[in-house]
Amino acid sequence: MMSEPTWKSTFKAFLYLLPALLILIIFNIYPIIKSFLMSFYIDFDYFNNVVYERGVRNFIHLFQDPNFIKATLNTFIFVVGVVPISIILSLTIALFLNSKIKFLGFFRTIYFLPFVTSVVAVAIVWSWIFHSDYGLLNYFLGWFGIDPINWLTDPTYAMPALIILSIWKGLGFNIIIFLAGLQNINQQYYLAAQVDGASAWRRFTNMTLPLLSPTMFFVSIISIINGFKVFDEIFALFNGKPGPANSTLTVVYYVYQKFYEEYEFSLAAAAAFVLFIIVFIFTLVQLIIGKKFVHYD
Amino acid sequence: MDIHLEQLTMQFDDVTAVKHITTTIKNGELVSLLGPSGCGKSTTLMLLSGLYKPTGGEIYFGDKRVTHLDAEKRGIGMVFQSYALYPHLSVLKNIMFPLKMQRVAKAEAKQRAMEMAKLVQIDHLTDRKPAQLSGGQQQRVAIARALVKNPKLLLLDEPLSNLDARLRLEMREEIRRIQQEVGITAVFVTHDQEEALSISDRVMLMNQGELQQDSAPQEMYRTPSNVFAASFLGNPPINFLNLTKEESKAGTYTIDGTNQQVTFMNPALKAYETLKIGLRPEHLEIAAENEAFITGEVIHIETIGRDTLIRVQQGDIPVRALVDPKIHLQVGDTCSLAIEENQIHFFDTNTSERIGGGFSHDVRTNLEEHV
Ligand SMILES: Nc1ncnc2c1ncn2[C@@H]1O[C@H](COP(=O)(O)OP(=O)(O)OP(=O)(O)O)[C@@H](O)[C@H]1O
Ligand SMILES: [Mg+2]
Repeated sequence: MMSEPTWKSTFKAFLYLLPALLILIIFNIYPIIKSFLMSFYIDFDYFNNVVYERGVRNFIHLFQDPNFIKATLNTFIFVVGVVPISIILSLTIALFLNSKIKFLGFFRTIYFLPFVTSVVAVAIVWSWIFHSDYGLLNYFLGWFGIDPINWLTDPTYAMPALIILSIWKGLGFNIIIFLAGLQNINQQYYLAAQVDGASAWRRFTNMTLPLLSPTMFFVSIISIINGFKVFDEIFALFNGKPGPANSTLTVVYYVYQKFYEEYEFSLAAAAAFVLFIIVFIFTLVQLIIGKKFVHYD
Repeated sequence: MDIHLEQLTMQFDDVTAVKHITTTIKNGELVSLLGPSGCGKSTTLMLLSGLYKPTGGEIYFGDKRVTHLDAEKRGIGMVFQSYALYPHLSVLKNIMFPLKMQRVAKAEAKQRAMEMAKLVQIDHLTDRKPAQLSGGQQQRVAIARALVKNPKLLLLDEPLSNLDARLRLEMREEIRRIQQEVGITAVFVTHDQEEALSISDRVMLMNQGELQQDSAPQEMYRTPSNVFAASFLGNPPINFLNLTKEESKAGTYTIDGTNQQVTFMNPALKAYETLKIGLRPEHLEIAAENEAFITGEVIHIETIGRDTLIRVQQGDIPVRALVDPKIHLQVGDTCSLAIEENQIHFFDTNTSERIGGGFSHDVRTNLEEHV
């Protein structure tokens, strides 16, 4: 079925792609271009779409805004706090689920539940878990003699609370992907490695990790992008506020504030564009690193 | 290092894949594990490697009991049926892997791996990934990887089954050459009798988990120890006839399903009311009617290589014979076949065990007792 592309076949394929393409262009591509252009608006009439002056002042303003700096910093802290732990934890659980255990289906469902549950419901439950007086978490910590922590109202602990919730929320998806990756690895390689003298740990480092690298790569890119985009969890966990004393203000939340609360449309667009560039650079770096370490069959 | 198996047994949930196998594999020997599909060959190999732990019996490497030793500590080399080359590593790194696991210094490991690559004649391919190799090349890499750590024992699980007929012939000679050059003890699994007979010092024939016969290839062919061994070896397959003793004449039997009678000199047969005899097609020859062992109508003629295979029917019983192609025969002709008595294999009808017959001038040397 692999034949040279002709104008006719290209046109035909294009017709099939058209419906999805239309939706993508209207709701994704156009807004991306528009917001990029908008980030350069200085003086304009938003409702009549008239622009009187363009410039880079929005970007200068952004980098002079302590809130934006803080939002960027928080976003990085969030990504660094969530992604590695989430990957290690979900890989560990996937390895456990991949070994021969009873009630496998039950465990898989349990771990996948957070993924299919609405963020708002999850956040409500967790806001109870984090509750300083009645929360389960403080109750457990109490067993180890740790005094109650004001998870959601103390600026020091708001970010850790958000990170804990997000790690938990992301586990299910990562586990499923890792499980699929693990099950794709032919058992033969483990047997061969064992005969070649590899202990269980060295079979993991020499076989599982490299053979799982495409999956690992996929999961880490998705996790990092998702991490940079964090918003729902904050909104739901802190009742529509970016945490106590802006302690969980992230870039997307900043965009939201500028757009919906302060009507600074062009500033919001500029912030969104900066985020886009950050994510883009990170993904690019990962792709370059990935080329070196990821093995594809 | 001699390898000794003592009552080795492996029970899976509902099948016993290996049943009470006792044997000794001598140092430097190449032993074939031969048998039909599902008879427990791979399982036996997995037990030797330590990847499976037996449910009964013991394994000794030399004087050391290794029954419960993990595979990674047995220091053996193994070639898997599908080669199991590590897809993310280059050929050189594949061969170096066992050395890396032994924490051999990198320079030395590399040098030893290159020597191995030369031995199996793939030293020009060391930078490639396994996916870029042909089946035969992959197999050589697998052998090099299995040999590089100088194991005491090399296990090969049907390593030739993925290759085409010609390459198979070539590679099996290669394996023999390498095995003798290195002087390693090797166990070679195959379900191909020709492969087993041509390559090995000794053949262990298995069926349904049980060891049927354990002897030199020629011996197994000349003096099969039971009906299964006789039927499994030989191509075209051996003919079996059931005989019933004639009360009136001593040493005379009637072939069941026919009205032909045959007489034997062998005194060992006296005790048996019924007999099963095996006639190899290549031992039957066309003869005058008065010398005939069995006479019947030719119902089928075909040419196999240089010989002509005919099927002669007497009563309900067909008999295959390989005959001289110069003799002119046609379907429908009456044909008499003769065989020398010492080429007939006699079996007990009830136990299927050998009674006698065949050229047994070679003394049986199998089933050595381990002290
Ligand atoms: N892991 C297992 N669990 C359950 N039964 C098994 C397992 N491995 C093998 N068996 C059974 O044990 C018997 C022997 O299997 P084995 O793989 O040793 O056969 P084999 O002689 O190697 O056959 P083949 O020539 O087809 O490779 C078979 O009946 C098989 O179904
Ligand atoms: Mg097998």
